[in-house]
Amino acid sequence: MKIKPVSGPHHNVNRGVSRIMLHVIFALIPATLFGLYIFGWPAVNLFVVTIASALLFEYLCLKMAGKPKTVLLDGSALLTGWLLAMTLPPWAPWWIGVVGSALAIVIGKQVYGGLGQNVFNPAMLARVALLISFPVEMTTWANVTPLFSESAPDFSAALQITFMGAQLPDALTGATTLGHVKTELSLNHWLPESLNSFIDGRDAWLGFMRGSLGETSSVLLILGGLWLLIKGVISWRIPFAMLFSVWIFASLFHGWNPAQYLTPWTHLSSGALICAAFFIATDYVTSPNSAWGQLVFGFSCGLLIFIIRTWGGYPEGAGFAVLLMNAATPLIDHYIKPRIYGRNRKGAPLEVNE
Amino acid sequence: MINLKRLLRVRGGVHAEEHKHATADLPIQTQLPIPERLYIPLQQHVGKPAEPVVKVGDKVLKGQLLAHSQGMISAPVHAPSSGLIADINFYPAPHPSALPIRTIVIETDGLDQWCELKPVDDPFALEPEEISMRVGAAGVVGMGGATFPAAVKLNLGRKTEIETLLINGGECEPYLTCDDRLMQERADAIIDGVRIMLHGLQAKQAKMGIEDNKPQAIAQMRTACRDFDNIEVIVTPTRYPMGWDRQLIRYITGEEVPAGSRATDVGVLMHNVATAYAIHQAIREGKPSVTRVVTVSGQAVASPGNFEAPIGTLISELFAHADVGESQVARIVMGGPMMGEALPHSDLPIVKASSGLLALGADEIKPGAEQPCIRCASCVDVCPVGLLPVDMANRIKANQLDAAVSIGLKDCISCGSCSYVCPSNIPLAHYFKYASGELIGRQQAQHKSEQTNKLMQERNKRMERIEKQKAEEAARRKAEKEARDKAKREQAEAEEATP
Repeated sequence: MKIKPVSGPHHNVNRGVSRIMLHVIFALIPATLFGLYIFGWPAVNLFVVTIASALLFEYLCLKMAGKPKTVLLDGSALLTGWLLAMTLPPWAPWWIGVVGSALAIVIGKQVYGGLGQNVFNPAMLARVALLISFPVEMTTWANVTPLFSESAPDFSAALQITFMGAQLPDALTGATTLGHVKTELSLNHWLPESLNSFIDGRDAWLGFMRGSLGETSSVLLILGGLWLLIKGVISWRIPFAMLFSVWIFASLFHGWNPAQYLTPWTHLSSGALICAAFFIATDYVTSPNSAWGQLVFGFSCGLLIFIIRTWGGYPEGAGFAVLLMNAATPLIDHYIKPRIYGRNRKGAPLEVNE
Repeated sequence: MINLKRLLRVRGGVHAEEHKHATADLPIQTQLPIPERLYIPLQQHVGKPAEPVVKVGDKVLKGQLLAHSQGMISAPVHAPSSGLIADINFYPAPHPSALPIRTIVIETDGLDQWCELKPVDDPFALEPEEISMRVGAAGVVGMGGATFPAAVKLNLGRKTEIETLLINGGECEPYLTCDDRLMQERADAIIDGVRIMLHGLQAKQAKMGIEDNKPQAIAQMRTACRDFDNIEVIVTPTRYPMGWDRQLIRYITGEEVPAGSRATDVGVLMHNVATAYAIHQAIREGKPSVTRVVTVSGQAVASPGNFEAPIGTLISELFAHADVGESQVARIVMGGPMMGEALPHSDLPIVKASSGLLALGADEIKPGAEQPCIRCASCVDVCPVGLLPVDMANRIKANQLDAAVSIGLKDCISCGSCSYVCPSNIPLAHYFKYASGELIGRQQAQHKSEQTNKLMQERNKRMERIEKQKAEEAARRKAEKEARDKAKREQAEAEEATP
């Protein structure tokens, strides 16, 4: 009996990269199904096109790089495509999905060397690039028209919308909560009158409102996020720090001037915040490694989101905030390191106290 | 049971699958047939190898001295059974390399006859120095796996006047239950060993840390130390590597041992429970360290258990006794699955450090191909030292060993928690061991070249000096010769001039 000696440990937990990816996808399912339900067939089309093209671009890149095709099955491209689809306007044309997937997979991930090498979160990179390049398509928000309801487009109408570039009648679209607030404030209409007539709080939390395909239902996203926390896939630090910082800044400013600053709860239930906090900012590759680094990262993301939403040109800032903090991640990792046992923070041995 | 304030002191670590149930409830088997041949390596401890005092053909009794210790840090080796010395030569060591190590081979006579023992009735009447001397003479080393000579540690503790003796009953490695069983079955002997050590150290108190997955052992030890106010059993959470001395020191005392310092610098000293037991035997019964309890477990073992086996028993014999299915064995590990060493084959002897022998099946060992790192930082979270395994591994991969050292490579304790949790199957601990070995190699190479340079320079100087001396000598001779010639000539001239 001859056995090749290898270093320990001689057993492990066997989590596997694809298991992690599948956990995240599983956690996204409720919010996704809800989004597909309230926005109907056009959303289904866009969702399928985005994911299929993400997998296609991943396959092509792997082929060009001469990597084994089995890497395609690690679930990372599927997850990237999925997350991207969730952040797109639900009735966007097919090419938005395809261009987005190309940006995410090719520019966002593979040019850096593939899984684990990218600096920016691929889905957010693609979303922000799309927003800047195609502002009209990326800010046309369909009304809530649940599947099989009277106002919903049927399957053939949906094909027209997604693939044939059918013009959406104004009656079928409108503004998101944050967009509406930005417009109203620019017209010197004060909160909260302009908001009260626009949306009711319960619908906002449940997700019956205009918004990106999978980002409207805060409740379902929180449920998915909690499940990831319980499963140990993500830690509490980034989501907590991020939501806390938005909440605390929003509270301060709202307390100071309720006419001009949104309530913290509206901040939390609107836009991409919950989705970004649990699913985007927690991306392992592009967030800091140390516990304190993650808190700083999350807190800064929240602060940037609040700043962009409140004083920036765009109604929503989650994508920009996450990308900016992605860029700062190597810096955070350089300066914030865990203290080594028996040493102080600077790395010098502790003093022996007699 | 677990103190919350203490719990906050625990950092990192993993809750590894325990796999202890297979052996935790079975009594220690003491009636193993005596092996026909015992292979006793002369180095089973940290320090210098022992020097044989017997020769081939000698008849020895069980417990007789085979080799004496050499130098300050060393330990003697005794005969684990009676018989004839068959060979003193180089045999494969129980190490992944199986490189040859000087070994005494005993052909046993089956009588297992003890030599004359010198038990001590009242160890507390002995001088503290006498305790360390006897422990040293009995060849007791750290039985938890560190194998540091126990007597050296006792002397150090006495000289530094430590306050607290810590007893490590953590046994945090999965599979292993040898300390657990020892605590369950021989609690009184262990407590006696602890008291003897306290006397030898002249220390005030002892505290024993036991993980909360061993309720039986905790109960037995608490009962055994009931009458001694200065010995306390403290329950620790079950979290690998709780048995890392510095983790346990911080858990129990709240003190953190500074980097580069010893535990004695914060007033404590740590010994393993099995060492306490060995010290009890050495003093009370006069028996040197010639047996140990070994856990034999793993998927390929049909009858797993704990065996009290003589040092030098071949692993293959223990495996045969535990009904190991040879065809199922995917890996043999000496020690626990986290920090143990994989052995190339089973024809190697057990030594004082062998706490466990695992015959792991293919399902148990780390399967799966290495995938790219996704920077999940699990390794950072579990590192009990507070290192950044992912960054260290990246630097080592790029052959930047100095950069790896600058972020803490030398503080790594090789516990393997990082490799254990890595979802991408990256052998992080392997990288760190490689880098540490490579660093030592480089240091040695540098030292060697420095030495060579020094020698060369000295040689050059010497040669120069010799040349110079030669030249001076030659010049002197020449001058002398000339003077002589001159004198001759003058004499001759003078003779001519005076006919």
